[in-house]
Amino acid sequence: MQLNMTEQGDIVKISIEEERMDAHNSGDLKEQMLQLFDEGKCNLVIDLTAVRFIDSSGLGSLVSGFKNASAREGSLKLCCLQPQVRSMFELTRLHRVFEIFSTQDEALASF
Amino acid sequence: MSKLVKIDITVPNQTKYLGMIGRIGESLAYSLESYQGNRREFAYQLNLVLTEALANAMRHANDCDPDKDIRVSISASDQDLVIKVFDQGQGFDIETLAKLKACASDEGGRGIKIIFKLMDQVRYTQEGDRNVLEMTKHLH
Repeated sequence: MQLNMTEQGDIVKISIEEERMDAHNSGDLKEQMLQLFDEGKCNLVIDLTAVRFIDSSGLGSLVSGFKNASAREGSLKLCCLQPQVRSMFELTRLHRVFEIFSTQDEALASF
Repeated sequence: MSKLVKIDITVPNQTKYLGMIGRIGESLAYSLESYQGNRREFAYQLNLVLTEALANAMRHANDCDPDKDIRVSISASDQDLVIKVFDQGQGFDIETLAKLKACASDEGGRGIKIIFKLMDQVRYTQEGDRNVLEMTKHLH
């Protein structure tokens, strides 16, 4: 999975540079986040601007990151969801679990 | 003249083929003239249902064995769209899986539930030496 990571203070911004997040590539994101947690970086913003399609495995990798960040007293927030991706969070009721922002700046300002 | 569309594809049991099969479903949604609803939403749903069904068969039925394969058959009439996904595994009880209570913070277990939510009929049966996940969507 193509990811673009940048750090701003103690927050790591991860932009998913893929059109699809599915069972084929979402394990890569999960592993990358676990590596960040091991390094003590537990505040993450995941930017989904490029993602046009997400399946249950993609959602599962985000839930994994969310749980691991929370367990380490950090947080994982989402931003820039395309409408179809947003509707997947609603279908699975995960919009009640995640903090979802319209822009990256709003997500960053929420920490 | 028959308005039946039939697609039959076999791919290796590898997740790199999920995108290809999903996109075929998406393209099909835009070409089914009889579908009356929101076509963009329908296209996403077919992509999703195919992706979930194949990923489930690859992982849980075919045990991630790259030497096995997955057959997908799609047929569409004016009335219905029927998707069949054939696996080479031991089979599973789909009703039990669908009824399992999921917690919002569970990482997995959403795939089959999504299929049940989006399709009108779902059943898991046997045809010959293969198990078949059969999913039907009424187009009217």
